[in-house]
Amino acid sequence: MSVRVSVSITVNGEIKEREVESRLLLIHFLRDELGLTGAHVGCDTTNCGACTCHLDGEAVKTCTVLAVQADGSDIVTIEGLAQNGSLHPLQEAFWEHHGLQCGYCTPGMIMAGADLLKRNPDPSEDDVREALEGSLCRCTGYHNIVKAVQAAAQAGQSREVAA
Amino acid sequence: MSSAEESRTPGTGWVGQAIRRKEDPPLITGQGNYVDDITLPGMLHTAIVRSPEAHATIASIDVTAARDHPSVVEVFTGDDLAREFEQGLAMVWSPPGVEIKTPLNLPLARGEVKHVGQAVAVVVGTDRYATVDAAEDVIVEYDPKPAVVDPEKALEDGSPLVWEDFGTNRTHQWGVAGGDAEAALREAEVTVERRIVNHRTAGAPIEPRSSIADPHGDGLTLYSSTQIPHIARFVLAGMLGMAEDRIRVVAPDVGGGFGSKLQVYGEEALMLALARRLGRPVKWTETRSEHMTTTHHGRDQINYVTLGADREGKVTALKARHVCDLGAYQLLLTPFIPELGFPVMGGCYEIPNIQLEFEGVFTNKFATDAVRGAGRPEATHWIEVMIDQLAAELDLDPAEIRRRNFIPKESFPYETPLGIVYDSGDYHGSLEKLLENFDMDGFRREQAEGRERGVYRGVGLSTYVEVCGLAPSRAVGPQGVGLQSAFWESAVVRVHPRGSATVYTGASPHGQGHDTGFAQIAADRLGIDPANIEVLHGDTDQGPMGWGTYGSRSLAVGGEAVGRAAVKVQEKAKRICAALLEAAPEDIELSDGKFQVRGSPDKAMTMAEIAGAAHIPPQELPTDIEPGLEETDFYDPENFVFPFGAHACVVEVDVETGKVEIVRWVAVDDCGPAINPMLIDGQIHGGVTHGIGQALYEQIVYDDEGQLVTGSFVDYALPTAAEVPMFETDRTETPSPVNRLGVKGVGEAGTIAASPAVVNAVTDALKPLGVTYMNMPLTPMRVWQAIEEARGRDGGGPARTEQGRSLDEHGRGAAGSGPTSPGEGGAA
Ligand code: FES
Ligand code: FES
Repeated sequence: MSVRVSVSITVNGEIKEREVESRLLLIHFLRDELGLTGAHVGCDTTNCGACTCHLDGEAVKTCTVLAVQADGSDIVTIEGLAQNGSLHPLQEAFWEHHGLQCGYCTPGMIMAGADLLKRNPDPSEDDVREALEGSLCRCTGYHNIVKAVQAAAQAGQSREVAA
Repeated sequence: MSSAEESRTPGTGWVGQAIRRKEDPPLITGQGNYVDDITLPGMLHTAIVRSPEAHATIASIDVTAARDHPSVVEVFTGDDLAREFEQGLAMVWSPPGVEIKTPLNLPLARGEVKHVGQAVAVVVGTDRYATVDAAEDVIVEYDPKPAVVDPEKALEDGSPLVWEDFGTNRTHQWGVAGGDAEAALREAEVTVERRIVNHRTAGAPIEPRSSIADPHGDGLTLYSSTQIPHIARFVLAGMLGMAEDRIRVVAPDVGGGFGSKLQVYGEEALMLALARRLGRPVKWTETRSEHMTTTHHGRDQINYVTLGADREGKVTALKARHVCDLGAYQLLLTPFIPELGFPVMGGCYEIPNIQLEFEGVFTNKFATDAVRGAGRPEATHWIEVMIDQLAAELDLDPAEIRRRNFIPKESFPYETPLGIVYDSGDYHGSLEKLLENFDMDGFRREQAEGRERGVYRGVGLSTYVEVCGLAPSRAVGPQGVGLQSAFWESAVVRVHPRGSATVYTGASPHGQGHDTGFAQIAADRLGIDPANIEVLHGDTDQGPMGWGTYGSRSLAVGGEAVGRAAVKVQEKAKRICAALLEAAPEDIELSDGKFQVRGSPDKAMTMAEIAGAAHIPPQELPTDIEPGLEETDFYDPENFVFPFGAHACVVEVDVETGKVEIVRWVAVDDCGPAINPMLIDGQIHGGVTHGIGQALYEQIVYDDEGQLVTGSFVDYALPTAAEVPMFETDRTETPSPVNRLGVKGVGEAGTIAASPAVVNAVTDALKPLGVTYMNMPLTPMRVWQAIEEARGRDGGGPARTEQGRSLDEHGRGAAGSGPTSPGEGGAA
């Protein structure tokens, strides 16, 4: 049951080496071992998406990945999304468009949105809705989340044009 | 800075602006502080052993194996902790002259269990995972007893009893009437009668509940995901036999509540008792399946409603009897929630004769209590559905029948036959604005064209009035309907010597945006930029007692208290300013963010200068001015407030599969003058989505043995982003005369409005097929069966519908036949 395994995981650019129980979930590794409590737990059936982080550049529900499976990989959490002290366009957009109320789903929602924008820099409303289907929000009715993701996409595009 | 922020002169006109929220920066960067994010030194973890039986006596509990786990500190049963609690959990409704049967409710069961999930033992250990392992090794032997699940069967003679000592499953009966509904129904030209089932749902915030108790000296601190820290302290101090000042309750960031955290739960008392006993911090965080099982549910009423009217559609009488499934125990407000809807039973309509009866019923399920709207969504659902049913009976247009019955604008304040005074309203105004935004004629053309192509679209209206701003203590407290509680709210406004300010409120937000809205209210009255006003809440060791956030009360009661305290500060600031500028206090005005002498804008001081002088006077101030710049206000309103509005929903029904899609949502809401319109829209979006969830997808289902079928987000389907449209919101602003801000609540309005709009829309869509009425949730299965039955074919399943009667009201068949979400497999 409690086989302990050494893992080495890069989290937000820093290598973290720990000895963990083989059954430890990645979300608990992040929250309990590293104290990165931005990603949350909202369910026990992989439905809510509150735990979503990026693993090797892709959004994953970290409640459904073991820490040992993430050994050697590169994780980005909500804490690592802002770069050089400036917010990610999605963080800005969620703030500007009131894309959050209680904020509990927000880290997962932003990470899922960031994943979408990487794959599809100019998503339609339907694209956004479909991409966020795995992330539940009980507060916002999604309206302002969809607006925020589309606004961030716009901001990203205009930045590219300007560059 | 948003453009709105840039254009403001600090300290003027902040109210009404859609400024960005002060609370967001930590929340969007992962720096929020929810209870489960907190780890204290030496903290222990707990796992609760719960009953798999719906009704049983506990024959034995063997904790030896669990205790032997190396990381387990202790295991406790109900008997072990019996002496920790001087009282059981609280239920606070004691209506004059009515007895409400209320069983003793302890955090851990003793002797018997009454519902699935009831806590029977707790394991405390040093390691989170190992504690859960150990809990699985607690061996409990049960002798099962027959369970009762259907509230109407529970009232029949010979039904198994949830509580044998009471000799009945009926918890209480309560009623209220005005006029003579029986006589008016006898004389009515038309009557319409329906049995409307408002099924059981869950609050389901995305943050599950979590509590940490931390002992220190002879005191305890409880960090808890609660909407009511002050009430929790009051109740828990009584349970634990401690003075209130020895217990501090902190609600840090709370990840949504929707009523489910308007509760004092057994687990909170349990953590305090364990921390006191063990002398170490102790934490419990519920799993989602625990949330579905043992965080209170909502709704679960059967409404027998009769409307009487004349041939023109003017309603003359309303009679309604409510059978309310309360579950096995009475929590804080359990028996009161159905009755909380009574002030608006009758809706926006002038109905001279109203008679209402309520019956509470024990069943072997978890308790129901407040879930977003709490009694008013149920009340609104049936009246709005019934008005449409009456319109269909008389072949009247749903908008027209509403116009004919609305309380006219000139009649406000309007006293209903039940003695309730609606403060202000303009129901015609919101409906006409809605119809204009919606373009009903255009829709009807499109609908007719669609039908020719086999596309079934329908529109449903809901014109609601709700009662909120809980509340005038004299109306709902001991001298009113009998809640053993009060409902004023407190605020402290403190201006610091350098001119920033702190506001303490007794309200306790969990996503609503109080920090921003309350700062805006204070800003305009103090002449301080809201960026320099910190709003604090949720800590019983900070600021005065308050009553928390629920019942759409925070702005109309708590925000009003902030406004009043800020005005007191402003008045004192004017006196100080007048003394320093050698002017009369009445000549000082706050304008352009400065306190200036009327007519001489060059003679002016900022709030920062005045605050400095208030603390460190540069010269002698008049002796009647006390030092400091801080004021407190305790505000108890004179009346409730009554927000209202009109919503239109367009659905498309796939008549081959029964799947309902929400195509369009148009809303006009009126909650008085906006403090921050962005926050209002956000509340409406989320509220409507909650109501859509109940109307189409969400349902708590127990099987006949009392086993919970919907114990996770796989079976209990919340709406996802893919199931809702963009919402077209608009407002009218009819001020309330009740408070100085003129405001009404808006946190629940969307939910209250939504479900009948959906049901009316589906009925409208299926009208050509002969479907006349259906009960929620309108799952594909249920809709398909209704279509089949209307076509004269046997739908073949359990959800056959008769006129106004669904045989499937407990959802058998709906969830059992797969996910209730229209998306395959729910949200995964
Ligand atoms: S915690 Fe819900 S999906 Fe991971
Ligand atoms: S903001 Fe509360 S759950 Fe999404």
